[in-house]
Amino acid sequence: MQPGEQRDEVEMLSLMLLIRRFEERASQQYQAQKIGGFCHLYIGQEAVVTGALAAVRDDDYVITAYRDHAYALARGTSADACMAELFGKETGCSRGLGGSMHFFDRKNHMYGGHAIVGAHVPLAVGMAFAIKYRGEDRVTLCFFGDGAINQGSFHEALNLAALYKLPIVFICENNLFAMGTSVKRSTSLKQIVDRAEGYDIPGEIVDGMNFREVRDKVAEIVDSIRKEAHPAFLEVRTYRYRGHSMSDPASYRTKQELEKYRLDDPITRLRAQLTREGKLTNEQFDMLDKRAKETVLAAVKFAEKSPEMPVEQVYDYVYFNGAKE
Amino acid sequence: MREITYRQALNEALAEELERDPNVFLMGEEVAEYHGAYKVSQGLLERFGPRRIIDTPISENGFAGLGIGAAMVGLRPIIEFMTFSLSLVAFDQVVNNAPNMFLMSGGQFNVPITFRGPNGPAHQLAATHSHATENFYASVPGLKVCAPATPSDAKGLLKTAVRDDNPVLVLEAELLYSSKGMVEPPDEELLIPLGKADVKREGTDVSIICYAQTVPLALKVAAQLEEENISAEIVDLRSIKPLDEQTVFDSVAKTHRVVIVEQDHPFCGVGAEICYRIQKNIFDALDAQILRVSQEDVPMPYNERLEKAVLPNADKLVTAVKQVCYA
Ligand SMILES: Cc1ncc(C[n+]2csc(CCOP(=O)(O)OP(=O)(O)O)c2C)c(N)n1
Ligand SMILES: [Mg+2]
Repeated sequence: MQPGEQRDEVEMLSLMLLIRRFEERASQQYQAQKIGGFCHLYIGQEAVVTGALAAVRDDDYVITAYRDHAYALARGTSADACMAELFGKETGCSRGLGGSMHFFDRKNHMYGGHAIVGAHVPLAVGMAFAIKYRGEDRVTLCFFGDGAINQGSFHEALNLAALYKLPIVFICENNLFAMGTSVKRSTSLKQIVDRAEGYDIPGEIVDGMNFREVRDKVAEIVDSIRKEAHPAFLEVRTYRYRGHSMSDPASYRTKQELEKYRLDDPITRLRAQLTREGKLTNEQFDMLDKRAKETVLAAVKFAEKSPEMPVEQVYDYVYFNGAKE
Repeated sequence: MREITYRQALNEALAEELERDPNVFLMGEEVAEYHGAYKVSQGLLERFGPRRIIDTPISENGFAGLGIGAAMVGLRPIIEFMTFSLSLVAFDQVVNNAPNMFLMSGGQFNVPITFRGPNGPAHQLAATHSHATENFYASVPGLKVCAPATPSDAKGLLKTAVRDDNPVLVLEAELLYSSKGMVEPPDEELLIPLGKADVKREGTDVSIICYAQTVPLALKVAAQLEEENISAEIVDLRSIKPLDEQTVFDSVAKTHRVVIVEQDHPFCGVGAEICYRIQKNIFDALDAQILRVSQEDVPMPYNERLEKAVLPNADKLVTAVKQVCYA
């Protein structure tokens, strides 16, 4: 995508649907024990990744935490490769070695999938450092949860980014909870965005259930960063509909709270906006949804019939010997 | 005696020590309102209140250090790591502050702290969440490290750890939380000393040295070997450091053959130290080389089959035993 160009909104809606259907299917396949380990779903937060990525170029750097399936899908990793990764298959985006929490796709500039809370924030700063070092006009988007902002690595990384004026957007997806701990119980500040102020990094709050608001805000920031490198911080207010992971019944929050956010669903919202503006008919929407479901079903089939890595080969992934693509 | 789970045993140990000593408190992520990510602290918030059962933000380095500081001025913290893989974020505190303080201060500050939580690979948690940390931590002078395999040992060792005047790591076994075993009724005095191994099964042909998640594996293999007329003695180390070398030596003196099955990696793993001590002290008792079964020397793959292949398992252990028995 060229600077200033906007991604087609119907296409982005279709991406949100793909993410939603992918996660629903992943949940079902997890219950069928086709997927193991920890598995964290992104349902409810779709407007954040799609909004942010609609505002950047394909060669900008993207890095995130362990709730990562949607980022790979949004970056252009195929649903096949994502589902195959969950199934632990060699055709997966991390060859079945990383699993749900460790999705990587170098070709699509998706730099993981990181499962230690806060540990990837310094990596993002390093990627932004490399951009500036090489004199490029790329930007790094670093996504993390509200839980990550109390890790030392987060604080150190923000200071470094500000000190060296690096081209990075820190995007905090505030879904109000880190596992069972609400932000109120984890963070001394009234609002997360104030963390940025402590490092002299400009920060703003965005409605994460609103695709357009996320996209426009990220676009504005990225535009400014490309002109002259600097860090920025966004607190995106969002909500996860499901438990923290597949094993969490989420009994720490009320049904009413969940219902409130469901009524504000990001997909429903964008759909309504587009419909109102005459850009989308109900038939078209149904078609998009049908297509998303089919893509995901096909991905399950693909994952099922994909091979696993032969045991001996795992040793090839301990040290790089210069032979990989 | 009654049968309870490993999880309940730990829970009882925590409750009894909290009850006994008002300076004991439990702190960690999700330990209070969520009752622990693995439900080990179930009911403790209700019983002891938020002053003593304390939820933290995701700040391992911070709350591990907080615990050490509190211990320096007289409290006896129990710090839960959601898993020991996450303790690596607090490595500096656990390795550089807790064990050094006493010597460095010329004996003025001891650090009576317990770090606990699940350790070692579980099931398909992949590379970042599958660390077996026992050999890292046991290599540090000033730390004590134990890794119980049964409910009774878990309870007795945790209680001892809390009463110890030095930093002790209780490495629990996630895959054993729901396993059951006989435990004395709630009792102040179920204390199992650190540095005391336990022969979990007597045998005459080979000593299998194990700990934590490898104990049930070794017991299973021993039963299988019995059918092939190989009598295996199972020595559960229970504590890695201090190490009960005498119990190991006594067993080896009897069987003359040794396989060590450990859950960490082969290079500089726990088994390497034990091998060294055996050959140094009772070289003449050995009738065969010592073999080790450990994880393979690779980061943990997510794929289930690959994970199984790089972990110690029954086949590998049987093969190793037969090799040292020339069977
Ligand atoms: C250093 C570290 N500590 C603890 C954990 C366990 N853990 C995994 S996710 C999580 C909650 C994180 O919440 P948040 O950052 O808000 O992200 P969200 O799950 O809401 O997307 C915790 C405590 C971890 N993975 N890494
Ligand atoms: Mg959160």
